[in-house]
Amino acid sequence: MAHTAHESNTKRIWVVFGILSVITIIEVILGIDKPKALYMTNLLSMNLLNWIFIILTVVKAYYIMWAFMHLEGEKGSFRWSIVGPLVFLIIYLVFILLVEGNYIFDVFKNSDYRWIF
Amino acid sequence: MGATVTTTATNGKTWDGGNEPMGASYGKMMMWFFIVSDALTFSGFLAAYGFSRFKFIESWPIADEVFNHFPFMHGVDAPMYYVALMTFILIFSSVTMVLAVDAGHHMKKTKVAVYMLLTIIGGFIFLGSQAWEWKNFIQGTYGAVETKGGLILQFVDKDGKRVALGDFAAHLPKEREQLTRNKGVWYMSESHATPTYSVEQVVEGFKANPDLLIRSEFNTKDKTKTVLSREESLKKLTDVKYVVEGANLIRNEYGHKLFANFFFFITGFHGFHVFTGVLINILIFFNVILGTYEKRRSYEMVEKVGLYWHFVDLVWVFVFTFFYLV
Repeated sequence: MAHTAHESNTKRIWVVFGILSVITIIEVILGIDKPKALYMTNLLSMNLLNWIFIILTVVKAYYIMWAFMHLEGEKGSFRWSIVGPLVFLIIYLVFILLVEGNYIFDVFKNSDYRWIF
Repeated sequence: MGATVTTTATNGKTWDGGNEPMGASYGKMMMWFFIVSDALTFSGFLAAYGFSRFKFIESWPIADEVFNHFPFMHGVDAPMYYVALMTFILIFSSVTMVLAVDAGHHMKKTKVAVYMLLTIIGGFIFLGSQAWEWKNFIQGTYGAVETKGGLILQFVDKDGKRVALGDFAAHLPKEREQLTRNKGVWYMSESHATPTYSVEQVVEGFKANPDLLIRSEFNTKDKTKTVLSREESLKKLTDVKYVVEGANLIRNEYGHKLFANFFFFITGFHGFHVFTGVLINILIFFNVILGTYEKRRSYEMVEKVGLYWHFVDLVWVFVFTFFYLV
């Protein structure tokens, strides 16, 4: 606090609100419409539509954390001590669990050893 | 980088207090690290949801068909609109929160108070919306039956449109009474309310309506649910054990049991966070009005609870994606 003189950020706040709203509207439109060209595809066990949703969500998370939670004004070391562990641990956990879930699905669907699994 | 190297280190005052490692005050830093740990908790839940979903990828319910209510639009299929509205409410309350923080930097007490109040109202509206969402989810719309193996069977007409149990279940003269402890052996009772229709009524009603078909939990190649033929449907009905209406922690009419469990748990845990966030906001709001921060010449407290409030919004963004969109 009070290290730097705080100029008013109201304009930036409303711009970010606009960006978040537009992204949400795009998500909802895509979610209702579910364009076949995206929905019926498969990239790494997920369809492209889902990939788009996830990327848009991460973009939203970036704006919330950087603008609203004001990470953009913090020192680099502080920023990294927050974002670094989160990014690493979440990607790690999600990767492990989803691969495992997919494997169990395969075992129950196709394998000969499901009786002993 | 190199922010932890303080200039005070050279003149022996490193441990005298007043240091701010990484340029953040103690309270703010601790709030951030609490948020990091809480974020990991939520990630754990959502990753577990993803695990279960990948494990049952062929039979997971389709969210669009479950969450399709909108206030005052009864019977209209409105997927996503309501949650989108909830998302806007929460994002907007985040905006008013950040405006309060901004006004705090300029020591404008009234402005801070007004924006805090708006944030609190937004929080309450969100909580109310979530309660409504839960009510619809628990109540259910169409009803379904469950087989001995735990599969949910839903009913559709020839065009694949869902049919509610009440529209076809036969009215048999038989009365079905809920078993309570004083009517049987002491350990025998039913914990859940008796469904409106008995299994026999549903089966008889199904047989009497040749147009009805059963829709199973399993997905087709077009990512819709498989509709059985009339013969298969009648055969499947011999396995039916329960009538399911709405959702609880044991079974739900939408499909896989874990779906409702995760829904209750994750949105419930998030709703609990929103609720505590609103309470903390109210506390800070009163402090603002009483002039506590004016005396302190710093509105940093508003900034700290603001961080928590934005975090709640951040979590909702992910819940929205993984429960309703993906």
